[in-house]
Amino acid sequence: MTMVFQPSPDMPPPASQTGLLHWVRNNLFNSFANGLLTIIGLAILANIIPPLVNWLLIDAIFQGTAETCRQGQGACWAFVDAQIKLFLLGPYPTELAWRPIFSAVLLFGLFIITARHMLKTAHLVVAWLILPLPIYWLIGGGLGLEVVDTSEWGGLMLTLVLAVVGILASLPIGVLLALGRSMQNKVIKGFCICVIELVRGVPLVTILFMATIMLPLFLPTDVEIGILYRVQFGIILFSSAYIAEVVRGGLQGVDKGQGEAAVALGLNRWKTTIFIILPQALKIVIPPLIGRCIALLKDTSLVVVVGLLDFLGIAKAASQDAEWLGFDAEAFVFCAFIYWVLCFSLSRYGRSLEKRGQVGHH
Amino acid sequence: MLKTTSERLGGLFSYSNLLSCFYQTLTAGIVIACAYYLLLATQENLEARHIESGFSFLTQEAGFPIGDSLISYSPSDSYGRALLVGIINTFVAAILCIFLATIVGIVMGVAQVSGNPLIARMAEVYVEVMRNIPVLLILLFVYGVVLVGLPSVKQAIEFIPDGFLSQRGIFVPRPIAGDNFIYLMLSLGLGIIGTVFFLKWAKKTLDATGKSYPTIWISLALVIIPPVITQAVFNDVLTWEAPELKGFNFKGGWVFRPEFAALVFGLVLYRGAFIAENVRSGIVSVQKGQREAATALGLSSDRTMRDVVLPQALRTVIPSTTNDYASLVKDSSLAIAIGFPDMVSIGGTMIGQNGQAIEVIAIWMGVYLCINLIISLLMNIANNKFQLVER
Repeated sequence: MTMVFQPSPDMPPPASQTGLLHWVRNNLFNSFANGLLTIIGLAILANIIPPLVNWLLIDAIFQGTAETCRQGQGACWAFVDAQIKLFLLGPYPTELAWRPIFSAVLLFGLFIITARHMLKTAHLVVAWLILPLPIYWLIGGGLGLEVVDTSEWGGLMLTLVLAVVGILASLPIGVLLALGRSMQNKVIKGFCICVIELVRGVPLVTILFMATIMLPLFLPTDVEIGILYRVQFGIILFSSAYIAEVVRGGLQGVDKGQGEAAVALGLNRWKTTIFIILPQALKIVIPPLIGRCIALLKDTSLVVVVGLLDFLGIAKAASQDAEWLGFDAEAFVFCAFIYWVLCFSLSRYGRSLEKRGQVGHH
Repeated sequence: MLKTTSERLGGLFSYSNLLSCFYQTLTAGIVIACAYYLLLATQENLEARHIESGFSFLTQEAGFPIGDSLISYSPSDSYGRALLVGIINTFVAAILCIFLATIVGIVMGVAQVSGNPLIARMAEVYVEVMRNIPVLLILLFVYGVVLVGLPSVKQAIEFIPDGFLSQRGIFVPRPIAGDNFIYLMLSLGLGIIGTVFFLKWAKKTLDATGKSYPTIWISLALVIIPPVITQAVFNDVLTWEAPELKGFNFKGGWVFRPEFAALVFGLVLYRGAFIAENVRSGIVSVQKGQREAATALGLSSDRTMRDVVLPQALRTVIPSTTNDYASLVKDSSLAIAIGFPDMVSIGGTMIGQNGQAIEVIAIWMGVYLCINLIISLLMNIANNKFQLVER
């Protein structure tokens, strides 16, 4: 009879070398200083998270009136629920709400089409550039639709209009400024440098003041422009200067050989710039341009200072409403949450483009 | 000799210098014509609205009160002085914010790359939350919710001995220089001079022998200990005036009004996140090999960070942080939204009173451009110090 060696099954690794415990010990308590940091971190979390969750969710009141809210301890989401139309559309007529909503569908639809590369780049560019026209027609009316005065625009809708029109209009202007800055014509070059550096050197608030107060002084006495358009002009001017600097970075990033090869092939200077240099430059700067979009979306909130009721302005105004007095915290938190979702998803999108390293090869 | 490509291209492009000259004159003409037209329209408008022009209004009486002022000011002072109060307030807020945001940024940036996953995640959450919310929202939230949520003056929180937090602002003891204050300054000066010499000597020793000293701790001791000894030995050097609750508010001490506190707190929270992100990406951008080589040479992890990683990280951190400082200064103009009297909000009041928008906006632009120039000058000096020395 032969003995067959039967190894006993492997012992599991010791509990201290595996699993959660091991990870905790190795990462959180591997030295005295680190352990201390972990404990401080846990203490901070213990002080912040429970009251926050209590206020936001557990004690929060989701339905009811201002009275039920005042008796409760937590956040009053009933307030946001009751005022949601005001938050999103401002004083826009409720019965016409389908028009801004349809515009939002157009905007986000085009955004999804862009993100998924469902159209050729050239078609996309055209689609984005003409997008403000149907949106303006839908929201503002005219040509068969009931006219809604711009003083009735507000809320998240106004924020998005200011930001989207601002970025779309400032892109071509920014590109022109950047090209002008790299030109040999000293007058144009100097003019572009002056505009870019002056605008970038001062805060947006002063530009908005300039647009609302000074712009009417520059125009003939009989011309009147609504405040929304003046503010939009200020935002476009501001954004153009920053985009110009971004695009300039892209122009410098294009390999010199590209321009030289184009010239060698017999293209003239304009054709070289438009068909060879610019497309490559713009491709490089797409991630920083998305950064500019985020910055502009956040910056539009400053129009509160000149009296427009954008998303933030409406949030501030809604909490002064006689019936719902004193729910500022809820209004601001809701507002911050929406801004955060928009900006964070944009920044994630930008980062994914950056990671892929190749943008718009279609 | 062969011509370089760019020379040949240049020759190709400027085949008609004359034409280029013509274009330049043409564009200059168009620009001047536009400017002239704008000037005419503006003059007409100003006349139609009975608005004066020129800077003579600066000597007229302002007539409005200002809440925070570091120099003496009363409503009967001139517009010029009111504006000066605003400019000083802008500078003070900007310098304080830059200082605090740098500390927050460095701490949070280093925390993001710390080996402790809990701390790293917490710092990351802070950065991602703050960077994606408008700064004005943060300011309004801090001013309208956080500070209002603080207890009333009667129940003020004593957060440091004789320092109080309340709805009416932050109250801290105020240092008062006594008769012998000069000795304190002298000992402090001696300490700083001693530190400079010590640092030079330590560097020389390090270069010559490789022996290193705990320079940070020794310099700190050299700066701090002499003044402390002076304070203990002499009497009447430096006393603290504590804020005291009298009636409905605190009297004495240093007061940071809620508007100022909200501005500084909000801006530091917001911009600190951006600086933290710069610091993080700077540290990450230092090649792994640098760390490994330093460790292989036997440097402690402390010295690897201090002498190898951080100096290289600073090269990428400084330029981006310069931009953030400039943005921070510009963001301080949001003081107008919470009622802190900085240059922009005082100027806004003035525009409301006499309509001289062009002059006020020109002053704003001038001051902001000056501040930006100062920042980029200082940061350029710092940048040159840490630039890669090519051999």
